[in-house]
Amino acid sequence: MSACPECATTVPTGAGLRPSELVECPACRSELEVLSISPVTFALAPEPEEDWGE
Amino acid sequence: MSAVTDAPARLAVLASRVRAEEKGILDALEQRRIPVEQVDPRRLSAGVGAPVGPWSLVLNREISATRARYAAVSLEAAGTPVINSAAAIGTCGDKWLTSLALQRAGVATPRTVLALTPEAAAEAIERLGYPVVVKPLSSSWGRRVSLVRDPDAAQAVLEHCAALPAPQAHLIYLQEFIDKPDRDIRVVVVGGEPVAAAYRRSAHWRTNVAQGAGTQPCPLDDRLAKLAVATAEAVGADIAGVDVVEDRDGAMYALEVNAGVEFAGLQAAHQGRVDVAGVIADLVARRFRDLTKGGAG
Repeated sequence: MSACPECATTVPTGAGLRPSELVECPACRSELEVLSISPVTFALAPEPEEDWGE
Repeated sequence: MSAVTDAPARLAVLASRVRAEEKGILDALEQRRIPVEQVDPRRLSAGVGAPVGPWSLVLNREISATRARYAAVSLEAAGTPVINSAAAIGTCGDKWLTSLALQRAGVATPRTVLALTPEAAAEAIERLGYPVVVKPLSSSWGRRVSLVRDPDAAQAVLEHCAALPAPQAHLIYLQEFIDKPDRDIRVVVVGGEPVAAAYRRSAHWRTNVAQGAGTQPCPLDDRLAKLAVATAEAVGADIAGVDVVEDRDGAMYALEVNAGVEFAGLQAAHQGRVDVAGVIADLVARRFRDLTKGGAG
């Protein structure tokens, strides 16, 4: 089970998921960061910081 | 160099945030049978005179400019080559250093001034003339970039800059506004070769994809390709997102270079006919195989 840490909805995950990948919760639309793959766990993705970019 | 050891060569991709770009690159490296470790730089630390990690080569895709730069500096100090290099990241991450590098290389770029205080900026703007673009020295995605059309707006923007707490915010980067069509051009250059170009169109004068601009394919003609390659070379970037504007007469100017280029929008514009992640993976694979053969790093 991979639950959204914001609303506890189960977030579907497909093959090829990677750590630190971003996933959107289908229920609450929170942006989630993949913390681990086996088992799949999520955290709320960090807010963009001032020095983020290209 | 770190490659000259008995240990097998190891490749790392640094990324704390795996966007479509990083995922595409990691997938492409694995498809090329290059063993790759995905490393989160939020968990890295570096000691003076100590190795940062066991890697022989690092592709730096860190989204934080600060972490990207210091990771690259630390890895290189420990003998690990990094793509892009710390020097290139440092230059691309500072608009003034980029402008100086472009000027030294003879690359066409708009008239640009660095004022060391907001007060000096007010005088410099009068000399440059209106409209003028005011940019933070180091920002991405078009953040806090202002188009100033008259003295009242200049005063307001400069007062805001002066009120910001960071000393660097009091350095004011000013650039002649190029009266462009409703678009600019992003060119991706990898290993000194132009890969593809896309128009970035917006009704707003800022044409960053992060600000909502759309992308369309742009023909990569010889003139644009040469300008983009010369620009990437000027800042020493192996992987570069070069931003170019055209004026109403068709003259082209390089604006800046992105060392951690986002290319999902460009790829979408080309509807899968361009594989930027694959081209980057090819460059990294070549460098990595050179290292495993004991070649130059």
